[in-house]
Amino acid sequence: MNKLAEWQLTLPLALAFAAIFLAPLLMLVGVSFFNDDKITEPGFAQWAKFYGDPFSYKVIGDTMLLGVKTVCATILVGYPLALVYLDAPQRLQKVLIFIIVMPLLLSVVVRTFAWIVVLGREGVVNQLLLSLGIISEPLRLLQTELGLVISLTQIEMPLMLLPLISVMSRLDPNLRDASAALGASRWRTLFTVIVPLSMPGLVAGCLLVFASSTTAFISQTVIGGVRLIYLPLLIWQQSLVVFNWPFAAVVSISLLVSVLTVVSALSWLGRRSGGYVHG
Amino acid sequence: MQSTPAGRTLDVEDLTVRYGQALAVDGVTLAIEPGEVVALLGPSGCGKTTLLRVIAGFVRQAGGRVRVDGATIDHLPANQRNIGIVFQNYALFPHMTVAENVAYGLHARGMRGPEVLAQVSRFLDIVQLGGFRERLPRQLSGGQQQRVALARALAVEPSILLLDEPFAALDRNLRLDMQIEVKRLQRTLGLTTILVTHDQDEAMSVADRIAVMNRGRVEQFDTPVAIYDRPQTLFVNGFIGTTNLLNGRVAALDGGTATVALDAGATLRLPAPTGLSTGAPVMLSVRPEQLALSQVPGPESWRIERGLSLPLGAQLVHEARTTDGASLKIVEPRRASPADAARIYCMLAADAHPTLFPRST
Repeated sequence: MNKLAEWQLTLPLALAFAAIFLAPLLMLVGVSFFNDDKITEPGFAQWAKFYGDPFSYKVIGDTMLLGVKTVCATILVGYPLALVYLDAPQRLQKVLIFIIVMPLLLSVVVRTFAWIVVLGREGVVNQLLLSLGIISEPLRLLQTELGLVISLTQIEMPLMLLPLISVMSRLDPNLRDASAALGASRWRTLFTVIVPLSMPGLVAGCLLVFASSTTAFISQTVIGGVRLIYLPLLIWQQSLVVFNWPFAAVVSISLLVSVLTVVSALSWLGRRSGGYVHG
Repeated sequence: MQSTPAGRTLDVEDLTVRYGQALAVDGVTLAIEPGEVVALLGPSGCGKTTLLRVIAGFVRQAGGRVRVDGATIDHLPANQRNIGIVFQNYALFPHMTVAENVAYGLHARGMRGPEVLAQVSRFLDIVQLGGFRERLPRQLSGGQQQRVALARALAVEPSILLLDEPFAALDRNLRLDMQIEVKRLQRTLGLTTILVTHDQDEAMSVADRIAVMNRGRVEQFDTPVAIYDRPQTLFVNGFIGTTNLLNGRVAALDGGTATVALDAGATLRLPAPTGLSTGAPVMLSVRPEQLALSQVPGPESWRIERGLSLPLGAQLVHEARTTDGASLKIVEPRRASPADAARIYCMLAADAHPTLFPRST
């Protein structure tokens, strides 16, 4: 055997990463410190412009809030679904996992346009509610945050469910029986045993859904329209419409930093609760 | 809640459990006395764990009843049955400390404050884990985890204690210690206890009575000694202890006594089970320690071909083969026997009580 050190085997990948990931990132940071869109005059003008404008804070806030709302919705729908999955007989589990993974098998564009059909003025949701007499005129769902959160919830659901199911199916089924035998009701068992023990999966799911929904440019623009402005749309406008690359770079770095902040806070929480799984 | 739970009776009546088409438990009836330890013993898949899970309320039966102190508990969900259970893998809550695990059932019953602390301390002291209150389960050894599981099950003062293969995961020496400890606790508390096991030594040493199960049915429900000495079915006979099987035929029947001609070449007079007829093929089951070797031929002994002799502790195990090809094991106390090689005849020992079973040909 050659005396090739093991770390040397990672070199090709490391070089590829440096070339296609790290270098552009450094260039992005560099570009942000130019005052003009021709990238000729170094300075902090673009940073001052972005952070001097109250509108920027609103966009950052809206983007983070969109992530938080989507995370909450995926938990509310996904957690019961994970419980149903675990209790289901094996044949049904196979069907369920197929349905759960399905959104990942479709292109983002197709999924998003499907939601336009579902949520539109003449869409399935409005037709149903109208015919049931629950509403008298069509609801506005497209180009609203509610419609966007609904569609993102479906689109991001696999990212919540897969880690959740993988952690929960490793839990000892006897724990539930032990809890019942000790006199605990189903709800007590859920909140004192199952939820705490599934924390690592829940945190991982939140992390993925948050990172993915805050940066979901296509869904945000196609369903939210141009009136709902989130950071990805701002970046697109500045870089490809206005061609102000330094400003776009500032917005990109802001998006990266805000998402990373939330994600690292979440993963810190995850590490704190992670030790219980293999008790 | 009384401070010392008195033993309750547990009656299982004609219990049947179906998994799809298969019968997991098939018409089982057991009457268990207050304070008794009963072992459900059988090979894996015999329905013993399913029976336990029905009693605990985790599995619904297709038919039959379970009564505690005469009252049926079938309509109650598991969390209202007040039946304690210790699982094979202990199923301790891994995110809770030892004290929190033991307090769990007390909190679930609405007990609060100093009462809980007192009860937790009492039962941790009983299982000798007073100093481990703040540890997490993964910081404990297997034996300690089991004692926590035991304290957790006992702290709620259950009416019945169920043990599902509780010693299987422990190593040999620890297993014996824990068996003694469980037995001691059970005696002190006077708790009616059911132990599921596939280990016959464990059933023999811990239980007052053993229910030997096979294919969802109870084959025999009796004291360990009776099950060992007077197995009622061929299955029990083969499952408990080691045995020698000899083919033969009923030569004559005289009241309760059968004269049996062994294929190995001896004629024995034995107490006959009911339902035998003259000329019927039978199988004679006799324990290795109930056979003896002799150098003198006789009508009640048969010729054997000696094999290896192995010392096993204080005993000597002889292997042998009969003229009709059955292999035998004979156990004797170890002592110097000058004419050992000449002892080529086998016979029943003086106090032997072999069992006759009808044999299908």
